[in-house]
Amino acid sequence: MTATALKTELLTLGYRDRIVIQDLTLELPDGKVTSILGPNGCGKSTLLKAMARLIQPLSGHVSLAGEEILKIETRALARRLAILPQASKAPEGITVADLVKRGRTPWRGLLAPWSEADAEACERALREVGLADLAERAVDELSGGQRQRAWIALVLAQDTPYLLLDEPTTWLDLTHQLEVLSLLRERNRAHGTTVVTVLHDLNLAARFSDHLVLLGRDGLVETGAPEKVLTEANLEKAFGLKALVIPDPVTGTPMVVPR
Amino acid sequence: MKQTIGLCIILLIAIALTLGIGVRDVTLMDMLQAFIAFDPTNPVHVVIHSVRTPRLVAALVAGAGLGMAGTVIQSLTRNPLADPGILGVNSGAAFAVVVGALLTGRSDSGWMSAMAFPGAALAAISVFMLGGGARGQAGPVRLALAGTALNALLLSLVSAIVLARNETLEIFRFWVTGSLAQADVRPLAGMSVTAAIGAALALLLAPRIEALSLGSALARGLGTKPARIQFGALLAVTLMTGSAVAVAGPIAFLGLLVPPLARRVAGHALRRELLASAVIGASILLYADTAGRLILAPSEIRVGIMTALIGAPMFIFIARRLRPGAST
Repeated sequence: MTATALKTELLTLGYRDRIVIQDLTLELPDGKVTSILGPNGCGKSTLLKAMARLIQPLSGHVSLAGEEILKIETRALARRLAILPQASKAPEGITVADLVKRGRTPWRGLLAPWSEADAEACERALREVGLADLAERAVDELSGGQRQRAWIALVLAQDTPYLLLDEPTTWLDLTHQLEVLSLLRERNRAHGTTVVTVLHDLNLAARFSDHLVLLGRDGLVETGAPEKVLTEANLEKAFGLKALVIPDPVTGTPMVVPR
Repeated sequence: MKQTIGLCIILLIAIALTLGIGVRDVTLMDMLQAFIAFDPTNPVHVVIHSVRTPRLVAALVAGAGLGMAGTVIQSLTRNPLADPGILGVNSGAAFAVVVGALLTGRSDSGWMSAMAFPGAALAAISVFMLGGGARGQAGPVRLALAGTALNALLLSLVSAIVLARNETLEIFRFWVTGSLAQADVRPLAGMSVTAAIGAALALLLAPRIEALSLGSALARGLGTKPARIQFGALLAVTLMTGSAVAVAGPIAFLGLLVPPLARRVAGHALRRELLASAVIGASILLYADTAGRLILAPSEIRVGIMTALIGAPMFIFIARRLRPGAST
């Protein structure tokens, strides 16, 4: 077993009096790509937000590389862990370059000028997502796929060893979904960045992830390698879905075919 | 770079016009000498020192302050129609001026200005508290709603008072259209310092405000504390708009007009946008004031009216050049 990146212990999450996740204990491996899967309303996004400390747990703990996440200073956390929430909205008319620059916020002191390291991180991020040539274009002139890559460049520029993304492929067509997921995996393979995403597409998740977390309405169904998680019994339990699981003809990873 | 130089030249010309044009026209040489080698027996020097310089300083404080405040509030709310007046600053100042006049019977310009800033600050604090700011829950929408409600309440109270007491109406109707004419008797030094503190705070917080304008979830992911940034930004806006209303009275439109112009010059980099806003705001106010003094010379049109007259067509022009379908 590899080292643990993020760990939850008896984590209970919810809003007001509605409990979304109860007593969840979970370990996500370090330096791997993990996807969190499950039906709508099972608390996938809520779990991701709690792991990034965007919401406070009702009870239980989240730890990052063995450190209780609540005890990490805000800016120090932002230098280690980046999160891209769902459906972020860019200010009217902002250019790709200006948007990506904002990813450097945790590295900039209030009075420190824009540094060489800041500029390099932004350039690198733009190259990684393939937008270097469109840096001076306005974000709202881009196609959906390019726009999503611009947002990903923002969190890449944040230059953190842990990267959390909430449904980064929503609204994208299949080609762009593949593009976004491969660039995240490239980042993982090249820099050892731990990537955690919430995804809807089971087959894509199986293709691109090392590790899966499958949640059902009543909590955790299964966690582990894609072959272990995406089984007919688990899918029935999580989604109430009768499906056939066969090896993906292209990659050999499990492929879910609803009956 | 070219644009920076261009803006500075535009501002310098505006400053020269403000100091130079009046009942007694002054040459550039006289202007320089009035500052370098002041001669109290020279009437030209005296005019520049005691009348035109205060007027210039008031215009710089009000113009730069309102321009920067508008840019801060529009970044914070991501709304190109947001105006610093959203915080109730102008109606708070108006209310304080009228109540002050009612209670003391004093009607001199200096006294009214002294009332304006505390009134403006109190109104802004109330809007912040009513919008849930103390619990860290004040989002832009809540603030706008609280501001609208307080504005309506204060303005109706002002109307009630000025209708009932004729002498307050006299005072109010002159105060309510902003003017730079009596700048020399207004609390210029204190308000300049206050506005400068607000401006420094806005510039300091600019990178954090940029993060916040991406939404509070992402802003927190970027290691900032949204409630604190919002408080700091609103404090900066209050200091700047409060000083502006104290030295010049309410000046409509400037806070709305300047931000889109500044964005055109500086793009979406907030520190540059703020600096551009200061220069553009001050320039527009100075040109409006100079025009107001020339059109009906020797009498003058108050600068609050002139900015609206110049600003309204400019604003419509800018609005029409926005891309169709641009979201609010």
